[in-house]
Amino acid sequence: MPSAVLFSKISRHFGAVRAIDDLDLEIAPGEFFAMLGPSGSGKTTCLRLIAGFEQPTSGHLEIFGETMEGVPPYRRNVNTVFQDYALFPHMNIAENVAYGLMIRGVGKAERLRAAGEALEMVQLPGYGARRPGQLSGGQRQRVALARALVNKPKVLLLDEPLGALDLKLREQMQEELKVLQRTLDITFVFVTHDQGEALSMADRVAVFSDGKIMQVGTPQDIYQKPRSRFVADFVGSSNVLPPDFVETLTGLSLWASLRPEAITITDQGGYEAQAISQSYLGGSTRLGLSLNGLRLNAVVPAGKPVPESGETVRIDWDRNALHLMEAS
Amino acid sequence: MVASSSSVPDGAAMSGGSPAERPAILPGRGGFFGAFSDRVWRSQGFLLLLLLAPPVLWLGIIYLGSLFALLLQSFFSIDEFTGLIQYHFTLSTYGELFRPTNLDIIVRTVLMASSVTLASAILAFPVAYFAARYARGKWKALFYIGVMLPLWSSYLVKVYAWKLILAKEGILTWLFAKLHLTWLLDGWLSLPIIGGYSLSVSYTGTFLVFLYVWLPFMILPIQAALERVPGSYLEASSDLGAQPWQTFRHILFPLALPGIAAGSIFTFSLTLGDYIIPQIVGSSRLFIGQAVYTQQGTAGNIPLAAAFAVVPIIIMGFYLWMAKRMGAFNAL
Amino acid sequence: MRSDRNTRAPVSLKIAAAGGLLFMHLPILLIFAYAFTTEEKSYQWPLPGLTLKWFAVTWNRPDVWQALGLSVRVAIVSTLIAVVLGTLCAGAISRSKFFGRETISLLVILPIALPGIITGIALRSAFNLADIPYSFWTIVLGHATFCVVVVYNNAVARFRRTSGSLVEASMDLGADAFQTFRHVILPNIATALLAGGMLAFALSFDEVIVTTFTAGQQSTLPIWMLEELVRPHQRPVTNVVALVVVMVTVLPILGAYYLTRDGDQIAGHGK
Repeated sequence: MPSAVLFSKISRHFGAVRAIDDLDLEIAPGEFFAMLGPSGSGKTTCLRLIAGFEQPTSGHLEIFGETMEGVPPYRRNVNTVFQDYALFPHMNIAENVAYGLMIRGVGKAERLRAAGEALEMVQLPGYGARRPGQLSGGQRQRVALARALVNKPKVLLLDEPLGALDLKLREQMQEELKVLQRTLDITFVFVTHDQGEALSMADRVAVFSDGKIMQVGTPQDIYQKPRSRFVADFVGSSNVLPPDFVETLTGLSLWASLRPEAITITDQGGYEAQAISQSYLGGSTRLGLSLNGLRLNAVVPAGKPVPESGETVRIDWDRNALHLMEAS
Repeated sequence: MVASSSSVPDGAAMSGGSPAERPAILPGRGGFFGAFSDRVWRSQGFLLLLLLAPPVLWLGIIYLGSLFALLLQSFFSIDEFTGLIQYHFTLSTYGELFRPTNLDIIVRTVLMASSVTLASAILAFPVAYFAARYARGKWKALFYIGVMLPLWSSYLVKVYAWKLILAKEGILTWLFAKLHLTWLLDGWLSLPIIGGYSLSVSYTGTFLVFLYVWLPFMILPIQAALERVPGSYLEASSDLGAQPWQTFRHILFPLALPGIAAGSIFTFSLTLGDYIIPQIVGSSRLFIGQAVYTQQGTAGNIPLAAAFAVVPIIIMGFYLWMAKRMGAFNAL
Repeated sequence: MRSDRNTRAPVSLKIAAAGGLLFMHLPILLIFAYAFTTEEKSYQWPLPGLTLKWFAVTWNRPDVWQALGLSVRVAIVSTLIAVVLGTLCAGAISRSKFFGRETISLLVILPIALPGIITGIALRSAFNLADIPYSFWTIVLGHATFCVVVVYNNAVARFRRTSGSLVEASMDLGADAFQTFRHVILPNIATALLAGGMLAFALSFDEVIVTTFTAGQQSTLPIWMLEELVRPHQRPVTNVVALVVVMVTVLPILGAYYLTRDGDQIAGHGK
């Protein structure tokens, strides 16, 4: 079976700006795939290339084995949930959801029935007669989702789908999106700058920086085995250790990452460090440390004593937790 | 209008049709519309060209072409004996502009335009400020319509209304008499330059009508500029100890200045080019607009008319350049 | 400028603002009164008496009807041309950023930014040089040129409020360029176009400065009025015509206001 989405050597340049540079990527059918990166890293351009709003400057794009060269967005069996939802303000909710079917010539009764079903699926039954302006942000997003899914796309694209929602709603939608994706068995590709969102929802994550993919892998891979300083920095609050320090530990002059929760406070052995700051996080406390001038973050679980600022403590970590990075 | 429905099997929404069976590319609708749409998608420039061609051609040929024709005519001259236009290049027509009588016309017009601009800025500010800061809901709408209606309603009717008002037997004379202020009116009319036999044949009358007709053009941009000033700025200023007039001088006025500059583009330009108001209300001394009109009409001296018409263009060009430096265009 | 509702305007400001508004409206109201005067020869105030007879006299004047008819026809045709050109231009300007964009918006604004007399005499000298005889169409040519900007301004404002992703959403859902225009773009800008068209109509119906240069022997209603102003034949008829002109222009202005007033609610959601 062909890949759901295949980028081979794709570049997209805007004048002198290389939004995407010589990019290779494969997304498997039925996968929940996240594109993670800071703004301007090229992830949104990637999404727009799949949708067809942008065309590659060079390279080759396939969707389910079919080349997308010269295929405009309206002929791609791919639908998008826009960041601002882009609900048509002059249509009611049912007409919005039925829009794609209307364009394809599905009869009125039939398409309104389908729109009703889709609205039920996103838990907005009976909202058909309302206007987009009468809905909350979360509801509008569900409508946007129904409007895309009613067309049964081969690939669903989501552009920062949860960006505009508040925390509680965001967590709820994350769950729902995962369940929807499993039951519908549609390939989901979503773009986000929120690493927590990417890690918790996706089967696989691609980390973008400056138009290139820094690393692709499962959330566990990305989190525990970052391949470069950028990934270690961007995904979570990892401690990044410089090569000269790592050399004293391992004999290898390489950058390494160390997760805060791997650092423990011990009575003896390990290293001497100074406590600098404490941030109470509820379930735990984040402790800022200075190890001969090297800043480190550690996590002190609830119930354990938290050292005061200025106090000297001994810290240690499991040698296996130290992850050496191939790239700088 | 719509494509074949074959792409959606039996229209069933979420049931049926396993993902693998559906194609990744949907059939297009083909034909001219399909081909055209594909072309538009393939290149942004194509659509842009299609959209821009008609208006740019229209304005380019008809409007810019005409302006060019005007400019061309200003470099011709008229034979003083035969009265025929001589179609070869000369600057002598521009030289005529510097004759004392013609120079008078230009100075007179620029002075009038400046005083009208200044007065309308002073008159417009409180209206714009009230509308921007205090008017809410129904009042806001009322103020908006209250400015829009006079702005858009008939120019000629407005001028006509003032002919009625300023007439010797008209309402203003009557009003002054009722208030026992006739002496004031007579005193004003006996002043040199700005006075005259009656208001309707004096510079004062001309000035009032200009002010009246162009005032709304000043209010709207000032209001737009003031709308962008958060109320908290004024509160901050008075919190920091500024008296109201200090707040006006240091906060409100500088922030309203781009709006005033934008409005003044209208009041200045419109006054420079008008020939009807001074013809109907005012003394017999000419303004630029009238000079253009009479030169091309009764005098038949189209080159001189054209050269006269270039004067406001140059003045406005300079004015726009200044206004742009003050950021007036953002307030339009 | 937002502030809390409790702040009250100083009395002096209220008086000044009210004075400004009165200054703008009282003179027009005076026209209404004069349409009923019994005085024929002068602009005497107070009105010596009131009568309705001038309405009947005006009704029976063929020259007034002729001028009115010409004005309406010119305004309709000019408005249609302006709506098409203005919309195209607004679409291009707001869809993309391209080199020369500023120049084109300046080109659109120029015909009303420069004094009308310049537009007028420029057109006249062009007609002269090109040997084009004055006709209905020479008037329309001038009017359409300066009406474009009104439609353009309204359309640009609406395009700006309409989220760009609506067009992409429509294409994403399978609609090609024409379907997107018909189902998404047009419904979203329709009221703005109607408003722009109404204002263009009012502008054209009322225009006199450019028209005097492009009309030849024909009289539009403003030209008819101008002649009466310069050389009054029958003042009361002019008074009635002035009243009618005010009424004819006020309606499209109010209409345009009500159409664009809800603009934010209609078009602001995509954001």
